[in-house]
Amino acid sequence: MSLLELTDVTRSVRLPDDRLLHILQGVTVAVDAGEHVAIVGRSGTGKSTLLNILGLLDAPTSGQYLLEGVPIGKLSNGDRTRRRGRDFGFVFQQFNLLPGRTALENVCAPLLYARGRQFWSRTRLAAEMLERVGLGDRVDTMPDKLSGGEQQRVAIARALVRGPRVILADEPTGALDVDTGGEVMDLLDEIASQTGAALVTITHDLAVASRAERQFRLAEGVLVPISLDTSSEWVGDVPLVADRSSHTERRLPDALVSVDDSELHA
Amino acid sequence: MTGVVGAIVEAWGELRIHKLRVLLALIGVACAVTAITGVTALVSMLNQAFTEQTERQSGRSVTLNVNAWPRDAGAAAPAGWDEAFERTLERYDITYASRNEWTQALVRFPDGTRATQVQAVDADLGTINRIVPEQGRWFTDADESALAPTLVVNEAFLHAYGLTDLSSRPIVALGDRSPVTASVIGVLHDDWPGAEPSAYVLYEQFHRWIGPDGSGAQSGGSGPTTADPMMPVQVPTMFLWVPADRSAAIGESIARDLQADAPGWQVEVMDNAFDDGGLDKATTWVGIGVGGFALLLGGLGLVNIALVTVRYRIREIGIRRSFGATSGRVFFGVLLESVVATVVAGLVGVVLAVAIIKNIPVERVFGGGIQDMPPFPFSAALVGMAAAVAVGALAGLIPATFAVRVKVIDAIRY
Repeated sequence: MSLLELTDVTRSVRLPDDRLLHILQGVTVAVDAGEHVAIVGRSGTGKSTLLNILGLLDAPTSGQYLLEGVPIGKLSNGDRTRRRGRDFGFVFQQFNLLPGRTALENVCAPLLYARGRQFWSRTRLAAEMLERVGLGDRVDTMPDKLSGGEQQRVAIARALVRGPRVILADEPTGALDVDTGGEVMDLLDEIASQTGAALVTITHDLAVASRAERQFRLAEGVLVPISLDTSSEWVGDVPLVADRSSHTERRLPDALVSVDDSELHA
Repeated sequence: MTGVVGAIVEAWGELRIHKLRVLLALIGVACAVTAITGVTALVSMLNQAFTEQTERQSGRSVTLNVNAWPRDAGAAAPAGWDEAFERTLERYDITYASRNEWTQALVRFPDGTRATQVQAVDADLGTINRIVPEQGRWFTDADESALAPTLVVNEAFLHAYGLTDLSSRPIVALGDRSPVTASVIGVLHDDWPGAEPSAYVLYEQFHRWIGPDGSGAQSGGSGPTTADPMMPVQVPTMFLWVPADRSAAIGESIARDLQADAPGWQVEVMDNAFDDGGLDKATTWVGIGVGGFALLLGGLGLVNIALVTVRYRIREIGIRRSFGATSGRVFFGVLLESVVATVVAGLVGVVLAVAIIKNIPVERVFGGGIQDMPPFPFSAALVGMAAAVAVGALAGLIPATFAVRVKVIDAIRY
């Protein structure tokens, strides 16, 4: 039994002019515990929508989503929310640290929704997690005093502090320079493999995607498995953008864009 | 358990982060609670001052006033009136009682002997009428067995001796035929400017040392007196402090008993029960009105700032939802922020009210001062706190509803 299993999942939204926009179409994918999966695709192809569905932040329009064999559609809102807090850790592109709170308080924040030992030991657990991501000396620092890489480390510590089964990383290196992005991904990979958590990374950076054991491409709402050879100039039948420096982000061509952000979130 | 503690911790964290806006919003609430609590306390002090003022005139509530007078001019004085007084106290278990006899005594002032108004009373009158001497002290039971009479005089009496205080332990001579010396042990304020000298003396001492005609004839014993043979015979009035709930029944019984002891006399028992409910209610409503209006203003400010803050915090709410915060928890959290804030403001308000009330110059504000200072009205503090919590809950309701309606994905991307 897979940890996450989507079968023929669709997601549609009704636009102001009453047309239906199909963001995801027939998505079928399974992710096992401890596995690292990357989903690539240009902006607006539905990557974040897929991630939101995986992370129980959004619900499919049709299809089935099984979490450890349990159909998510049968869970109440409260149960979904509690499972989200317990089983998923989110890493966002823009870090999304809580302003006005120290690094320690940010990492403590998810533990406020935990129960038992995790709740009562939240400060210690948060400090340990910060230590683990190399920020043991910055626990009392405000986010605006941290560098981008440090902020993302805090965000990773926060995502991992409850010991999630799945880490969902939405463009985790999108706001970082290449070197820092590499370090952050090293950290994510390392901690995910140490904790046995599945890591689902959404990115349009092929260097980031290539770290995963399996890669998928999302184009026009359709998810297809790809074999990503970093030395190749092609992703399946689509050519990569010209820059092939090993430390330079390689972008997918515009041909893969189905809808833009403004349409998605109208 | 962890949910509630977590929500409180979260709410406190929010307040800590947004200190300034919380402070601004809560000043109004704190002032309102101060107003409600303080005004209620002031009202209670005002009522007490009014009650004490009234009781200085007519005795504590309820004091029965027992008067007797002859039905015809030739009626003989009732025998054993003083014994009847003692029997009444014993039968009805009355702790505080006093006889009161308005009479005159001849006092040898430096400028000559003058007939001076004297009230012969029992020591309990000090308690019943809340008598607090300006200088010295009021009578005690021990004074009754003293070997010389003691006096509590008014300022005019003292001034007539050229004195302003009791430091010289003044002794005055009473009577002309057989004068006795009396110690002045206390001085009372004059009832009005230009008051004539007057004095209180203990009833038993008066009859033992001074005599019914105030001459100092040492008549010995007590009983019905007459200072002037031409005046009709009279008996002292009795003041009996009885429980309010039984005053009417006791009054009727006493009237019946004493009537039997005084054939040919008319005995009447009146009480001094008064209803100050009107003042109480009016002042209470003024307090509630002032406090309520202040709370309304404070609450509106709080709603306004809370709404602005929630809009500002949409992304944060979305992020918390991604941590597993249920909509109920988000609602409760935002609501609790408001409630925790107003509870803090309420506490500040109550402390402020206590500080103000404890530092009020009572003598200046309430004239004669307050003998039995009413305790700080904790009920008012509780009402103030409850009002603060209610305002906090109401003020938090709108932003909390708004926060719950925020879509998680939109909020994260906000």
